[in-house]
Formats: sequence, structure tokens, C-alpha cells
Amino acid sequence: MTAEHQKISASTIAAIATGLTPSGVGMIRISGPEAVQISDKVFQPINGVPLLKRRGYTSAYGYICSNGEKIDEGIAAVYRAPFSYTGEDIVEISCHGGVYLMQKTLQAVLNHGAKPAGAGEFTKRAFLNGKISLDQAESVMDLIQANSASAARAALAGKDGALQKEIASIQRELVGIASHLAAWIDFPEEDVEELASSSLEQQLENSIIRLKNLNQGYDTGRLIREGIPTAIVGKPNVGKSTLMNLLSRYERSIVTDVPGTTRDIIEESVQVGGYVLRLADTAGLRETTDQVESIGIAWSRKKMDSSELVLAVFDMSQPLGEEDIELLNNLKGRTAIAILNKNDVASIQNISDYEKRISDKIPFVVAMSAQNGDGLEKLEQMIPNVLGLGRIDPSAAMLANERQRDCVNRSLRPLQDGLDAVQAGITLDAVSVCLEDAISPLMELTGERTSDVVIEQVFERFCVGK
Amino acid sequence: MEYIAGNYDVAIIGAGHAGVEAALAASRLGANTILFTISLDGIANMPCNPSIGGTAKGHLVREIDALGGQMGLAADATYLQSRMLNQGKGPAVHSLRVQSDRVKYHIYMKHILEKAPNLTVKQAEIVEIRANNDGRVSQVVTRLEAVYSVKTIIVATGTYLKGRIYVGETSYESGPDSMQAATKLSDSLRKLGMTLRRFKTGTPARAKRSTIDFTQLEMQEGDTEIVPFSFMTEEEMKNQVVCHIAYTNEETHKVIRANLDRSPMYSGKIEGIGPRYCPSIEDKVVRFSEKPRHQAFVEPMGIDTEEMYLQGLSSSLPLDVQEAMYRTIKGFEHIELMRNAYAIEYDCCDPLELKPSLEFKEISGLYGAGQFNGTSGYEEAAAQGLVAGINAARQTQGKEPVIFPRSGSYIGTLIDDLVTKGCSDPYRMMTSRSEYRLILRQDNADLRLTPIGREIGLVENERWSRFCKKKIAVEQEIQRLERVTIPLSNTLNEMLVSRETSPINAGIKAAELLRRPQIGYQDIRPFDPSAPSLPKEVWEQAEIEIKYAGYIKKQLAQVEQMKKLESRFLPSNIDYKDIAGLRLEAQEKLNRVKPLNLGQASRISGVSPADISVLVIWLEQHRKKQQPMEGEVYGG
Repeated sequence: MTAEHQKISASTIAAIATGLTPSGVGMIRISGPEAVQISDKVFQPINGVPLLKRRGYTSAYGYICSNGEKIDEGIAAVYRAPFSYTGEDIVEISCHGGVYLMQKTLQAVLNHGAKPAGAGEFTKRAFLNGKISLDQAESVMDLIQANSASAARAALAGKDGALQKEIASIQRELVGIASHLAAWIDFPEEDVEELASSSLEQQLENSIIRLKNLNQGYDTGRLIREGIPTAIVGKPNVGKSTLMNLLSRYERSIVTDVPGTTRDIIEESVQVGGYVLRLADTAGLRETTDQVESIGIAWSRKKMDSSELVLAVFDMSQPLGEEDIELLNNLKGRTAIAILNKNDVASIQNISDYEKRISDKIPFVVAMSAQNGDGLEKLEQMIPNVLGLGRIDPSAAMLANERQRDCVNRSLRPLQDGLDAVQAGITLDAVSVCLEDAISPLMELTGERTSDVVIEQVFERFCVGK
Repeated sequence: MEYIAGNYDVAIIGAGHAGVEAALAASRLGANTILFTISLDGIANMPCNPSIGGTAKGHLVREIDALGGQMGLAADATYLQSRMLNQGKGPAVHSLRVQSDRVKYHIYMKHILEKAPNLTVKQAEIVEIRANNDGRVSQVVTRLEAVYSVKTIIVATGTYLKGRIYVGETSYESGPDSMQAATKLSDSLRKLGMTLRRFKTGTPARAKRSTIDFTQLEMQEGDTEIVPFSFMTEEEMKNQVVCHIAYTNEETHKVIRANLDRSPMYSGKIEGIGPRYCPSIEDKVVRFSEKPRHQAFVEPMGIDTEEMYLQGLSSSLPLDVQEAMYRTIKGFEHIELMRNAYAIEYDCCDPLELKPSLEFKEISGLYGAGQFNGTSGYEEAAAQGLVAGINAARQTQGKEPVIFPRSGSYIGTLIDDLVTKGCSDPYRMMTSRSEYRLILRQDNADLRLTPIGREIGLVENERWSRFCKKKIAVEQEIQRLERVTIPLSNTLNEMLVSRETSPINAGIKAAELLRRPQIGYQDIRPFDPSAPSLPKEVWEQAEIEIKYAGYIKKQLAQVEQMKKLESRFLPSNIDYKDIAGLRLEAQEKLNRVKPLNLGQASRISGVSPADISVLVIWLEQHRKKQQPMEGEVYGG
């Protein structure tokens, strides 16, 4: 094997490649040096020829097994390094698209030594193995994540360069100050004007604000791109799972009439009114003695804490109970929508009682029936308003990923230091260094070198030299 | 007929500012050294401005001195006026600059060379460099066919190499100051595989003092308190001359514009690339046409001469235009030129073909230094001469080269810039070129470099013991200032308020007061009874280290980070085209520069942070590569 075909990582990774969305066929991708060996332990080809003996670009029909038990039938496609997406050995096992089956298959693969793939890890390996460029990798990541209309719009704005333009403009301003300082310092005998500290301060402040705006936009942008972490909460059997199934439009959680059926948090991305919600269906919030279930409830609380949006479900066919009141109290200060469920079977008395008592605590209330979908449209319209997303201009400059955000942050810190130095009356040699430290991370985004650019500017703008 | 004339460890071609430092360093390190110059009267000549130092250049001189070089001592011995530039802009950018007596500087250096042990100084033009079959240099040949066997060679030819002077429509072969040009060596260098380029520079006219009306000019005096260049100079120094400032006007610019077609630069006769920072007056007028005036400095060329240097007015216009143009300037109405302004074009190498040791990558034993490497300026030249001299001598002694990291000195920054980024016009040192400039100050050059000079073997005992004493005194004073409490008093608070900083309510540590930007060491001294009597270089050092501690710490952390990258060496035999994941541009640039380590690679323009992460991974793999992957038969 030549150096070019060296693999980047020793570990073998696996993930559900089709996402946990309703579809006829699901696919588990396994990539890494042991992809084929591991697959052979999970997949039994009908013709009895192990995958290890197969050439690349071939596939086999067979059974998927877990603990010696056939759980599904499917197809395994084999790709041999370096002729695969990641440049490593890959096996793609296609099974039936149910979430349960896909997870069970993935579990079996993980049991035999594969590690769960991190977000974007296949693409990362493809990049590291020279299969795609960094730019491609980043746009693939964004494309993967741009799974809703808004995100696609934001990604396009990135492509057309709204971000690039904004960064370039901030950079231009900072390079302007830095080169003025450089000319003033390096050519003391020329008549280069001194920069007044008040205007220096103002310019630095201005750049800081613009970078901070980008940073704030990133959080909102991320909600649009990656989906809004959403928790569905409520006491047992109020219809949380039914709501989730309604939103994802297929049988997703196990729905029964026995309170406390949902014990795990199951995550699912669904599209509601043009936005992606990352829904977590949680164990019913209820004090319980059942040990397994109480773990589930602790998770629910945690989930609620880490959510951007809480959908609190209440059962209007029952009177408002103690647990409902406690939930309402817990929701104080959170971004939440109260869903008054089962409006089709509730009494008029209950409905008006609920609306009155809940709208006190949560301003956003929707009466609906998760069972028949009545009121769903109203919920869809409400979500962007609750999150303030309606005010966002999706075509404005927006940081597209963590790397870009990191660059902005690494620029902000020295910029703030520089401003502090100016305000404290520190000599400008220190300020100029802070300024250049602030320009460098921005330049990383465009691939230039700070000192070269600053010096270039000195000679362009100032008539200096003996 | 050729004859074998001698046998040397190190041969240096050219005795300008680079050649001189190279010869002294190599001979002082014990290498049997020979220095060739076309004219002994051209040794350490200043063919342009009669001054040493200036912004960032002053840093270089102090660093050369701290390492045991000669330039600082020479400058201190022959100065006429001294100024510390950039006072008030912060200690990092304080820069020393002196007016020098041009002839005395030359005589001083020539005599030092003549007296130096292990050093032979020869007037001869080198016309050929010969190499062995294995590509190692072996001999130099003079125009009179004397052949010297040598182990290493340093090319420091300055503007002499294929020098050509341009004045208006006239041009002729010449070195600077009417010295002969070196006309043959270029072909020999090309035969060795070197790429040569054409750069140009220029110099203004020299005028007769008595024909200038100084009453019409602004006077510029030197500092009252003079800081010497050399850490070894102890004598008290006094300014002996003043300089003057004159201004061009619309009339001057009109004369220039009317005659641009007669300028070799604008008529396209000169192909050489001129320095951006050293524009001719016609360049300034054309490029900054909105400026109503440009300034010019009138500087004496020496004590025993009436020649005055007209800084800022370099030109390659025809002589009649030069005279007409100069005479439009207030105070210059009757000026008489003694030497005319001219542009000079010369051959130089592409520094990307050099290693950080200044040895050519592909020509073993051959080094380059000074203007030949694409720089400009006496100080830049001297700095490279010192490094080339050290490394050429070390090579003959079987020692590893000394590489100066850019985080430790302007010398290192200069060389790293040259060999990593190359240069497309003559390179001048500037403080803004150093990202570490808050720690690379001219005041602490000795603290940064004298221990290295000692290790190399250039720092003699006297300098070393003086250095050690200073270092301890600085450390003790810093500790004392951190420890001692200045008691509360009315007079102290009055002083604080008068400096527009807040008064105190209780005793305060001296260091804490010193950290206030408005308060200096000398302000505190009257309130600090335990303060010892210290020389300025000591208390100033303590003051800066305390006052800028926060910034210094930050820069030191950056240095550490860079050191990590620089400690990851890249094999010299990599073909970067084989590394998948690198962008095409990065592959090409990396193959061209062949960086020593990841740090150097990260500074190559066109190599992105993503490319660096690819290299990090590649290095990681390379380390693990020894264990082969399980062999499989691949289809597809």
C-alpha cells in the first residue's frame, strides 16, 4: 500500500447514514480498517460468501443479525480503500427504514467494535484522506445540516459571500488602522499624522460591535441550521408521544394508554413551519417510585434545561392537576409554548379554565388535538414568533460554522485588549500589536498574512521613505 | 596563467557591511578566513545615507552588538549626531539612529579587519566559483587568475554584481560611488544553478555645504542624552553636528513632471525592481500627486568634508533636471551638486533558494548575505553577514548551523522572512514585520542574545562579565520593586494627581504604581528611600519589564505556541505533491520553500491553516508508518 492510501484513523466508525427520518429504507455506514470484518459479524449473506472475500463496488443480499437472531433482511455494499467516500474501507448496510430496526442494526455493529461516528466524521475522514478539499468539506457539512428552507437560504447567503463581505470590511478597517500606526511608527521622520486616540477608540469600538453582532447572529444561525433543540414535556399520558408522532408524521414513540410507557429520550428532527425542531420526546414528568422511570424523569428535566424551546403538553380532558401546576412553575422564564391537548374531547368548562390559568404563566398557548392534527397549523406559525426567528434576515452575513466563530472570537479578545490599552493610556506600540493579533484570525478566513497586508498598505497609503 | 594562491576555510566576496561582519565573525570563531574586495577603499563604504540605525534597523545594530559583532562599536566610534527615534510611542519601537562620518567609518572598519587574527584582506575581483563533482564549492578564482582553495564561500556582492548606473538617458556599468562593477561572477553563479534577479536602488545628490542657505531650513538637533549602540561603549557621547529639513514645493513637482519622459524608470529602461520604502522623488510626486510638498533632510557626510547628503531626494532624472529641480527648493536656490543622484541596478539571488542558515539549499558550502540576498540597508546586510559568517565557519568545524528563530530577534525575523516568503523588492526591516516586537526591544537585545553569542564563541570575557552583572542587577531591582511598599503621603498623592492618575488611600507596592501608564520609575524614586543607585540601562529594563508585564506575558505565550510548531520538523526530502489533502497552491509553495518545520511552513503565504492541519496529520502518520497495514487485495 502506498503512502497516499494510508488511512488517517485506526478506528472504525459507524452511524445511521440516512438520519432518523421516516423512509422505506435506512442505511448504516461503517468506515475504517475493520469495517468489513465487523460487518461480517452482523451481516449473513445468503450465498454464504463472507464480505471479506468480496471486491469493492459489489454488494450482497442477506440477513442482519443481532445476538445470533435475525432481525431484518437487507443489502450490504462493500467499498475498498481508497476507492470510497472516506478513502477507507466502507460497508453500507441497508435495512428497512424503521427507527427501531436501524438503531438495533447500528447497536449490533457497535457491539462488535465500531465506534459511533461523530457529527460529520465521515466527511472529516474524506477530507483528511484527500478525497475532498476543506472548502468542499465545509459546504458538505452545511449542506447536510441545511435541512430546512431557512437554513438553505442562510447557506446560500454564505456562498454568495455576505459573510465574506462583512469580514472583509471589518478586516479592511482594522488593517487601515494598523497600517496607519505602522507608518507612523516605522517612519517617524516622515510627516505621517498621529492617530488621535479618540478616533482610534471609536474605530476599535466599531469593529468590536460588528464582530459581536456576527457572533450573536451565529447562535440564531445555528438554530436555523442545526435545528432548534426542543423538549416535549408534560405529565404522563397527556399525549406527548402522540404530538411527536403528529409532528414527525409517523409512528415514532411507543404510544399506549399505560402511563409511563416512554422511558428513554428519543430524538428526532422534524420540520415545522420551515424550521427544523430537534424534538426530544421525554418520559412523563411525574414523581414515581419506578426506578427505571425515575431516571427517565431526571433526564427529562435535564433535557428541558438544555432546550431552546419547550412544548409543554396539558390534557384538557382532565382538570388541571398538581403536577401541571408544578410544571407551569418550572417553565417560568423559558421559551415555551403551552399545548392544550385533546381539545376535541375536552369540556367547554375545562377549555376556558385551562386557557385562563395557563396564559397567565405562558403567553403562547395553542389548543389542539394531537390525535387528529387540529390546531397544528397554528402551532407551526407560532414557533418562529416564540423564538424571535421571524425577525431574522436569512440573507444577512452569518457565521457558517464553529471554525468561523472561533476566528471571530480569537479576533475579539485582542481587539478588546487593544481598546483597553488605548483607554488606559498604554503606549501605541502595545496597541498596534493587539490590533495585528486581532487581524490574524480574520485573515485565516481569507488565507492572507497580517504583516504582509499591513506593510503593503503602508506603502500604498503613505508617502514614506527617504 | 592560473596559479594556486592559497588555502582557506572561509572566503568572503565583498567587503561591504555584510562582508565585514562575516569576515570578522568567521575569523573570530577560528576559521582561516579571506576577504576579497574590488577596492580596499570601498571597505564598509556608505554609498547612500551617511547614517546607521533608524526604526528596526537600530534594533538590528544592537542585536549584532549583543552577539559580538562590530557594527555597533563602529557606529559609536564614528557618529556625528545621535537620536533615539519614536520616544513616546512605546519602548518596543524606540529606535536609535546616528549620523556617521562616512570616511571615518570606512577607515575604522578597514583597520579592524587588517588587525584581525585569522583574517586575510585582499583587493581582487572574484570572477568564478568552482564546485566539486558532488556539488560542493571548492575554489574561487580572481580576475588575475589567482586560485584559492576554500571550504565555504559567502557571496556579499551588494550593488557591485553586474552593477549598472542610470542617470537620465545615460547608463553605464559601474558599482556604487564610481567603484568598478563585478561583471563576471554572475555567469559563474548561474552555472552553479542559481537564479539571479535584477533589483535597483537609488541615491540622492551630494551638495556643497556653502551653497545651501541654512537660514531658510528647519534645524534638527540630536538628543541631549545619547544612548550608545554598543553595550560595551562607556564614553560619554556628544553631538557634533546638526541636520536640517527642507521641503519641495509645487515648482519642484512641476519640473519633475515636465521631465518624466527623460527618467529611465518611466521610460522603461530600468527593468530592476526598486524598493517600495525608498521611492525616488519622481516616484513620490507621481504616486502621491495630492501632496503639496515632500520633506528632505540635509545631512553632513563627515567632519572633514563640505559634502552634504540630501536625504529624500533620490532621483534618476538627467543631471540638468536634477539641478533645476533641486534649485526650486527654498534654501537650495544656489545649490551646487558635488555628486549627482543616480539609480543603480544589480544582480541578486532569490532568497527562497537559501536555508535559514543562509547556505544555498542546492549548492553546498555556498552562502549569501546582504543586498545580494535581496535586502537593502547597511544594518540588514551586516545582520546577515554575521549569521553567514558564523555558519560558514561552523560548517568548516563540523558544527551544526545556528538558526535564529524569529521569536528571538529581528535578525531571525529578517532571515525567516527572506527564506520563507522571499521578496519581490529590496527588503527593509520594519518594526511592524515582527509580531513579537513587544519582547524584541532594542533595550533588551543583550538579554536576548548575548548568552547565544557567548555559546557561539563571539562574546569575549569582558562583555560576558559585564552582561552577567547587568542581568543580575535587573532581576534584583524587579524583585525589589515587587516587594517594596511606597508609604502613603501627601506629596505622593499630589504627584499622582498631577499625572492624572488616582491618589492612593494606603501604602502601595512600587511595582503596582509602576504599572500605571502615567507613572515612570523616576517619578517613584523620591518616594522610594530604599532604591539603590542604578545605571539607566538597569532601572529602565526593570521599569519596562514591570510596566508591560501583561503584554510581555502574552507574547511569551505566543512564542511558546510557535515553538511547539517549530519543534515539529519536516523532512527535507518530502515531495509535497504526494501528500493528499494539501491544496495545489500549498503543494507548490511548500516544495519551493522546503520549510524546516511546521512553524516555518505556517508562515508561507499560500499555505492555509487547513494545509497545516493536513501536515500535522501527515507527520503523525509518518511516525506510525513503520507498522504496515494489513495487506489486502483491493478491487474497484
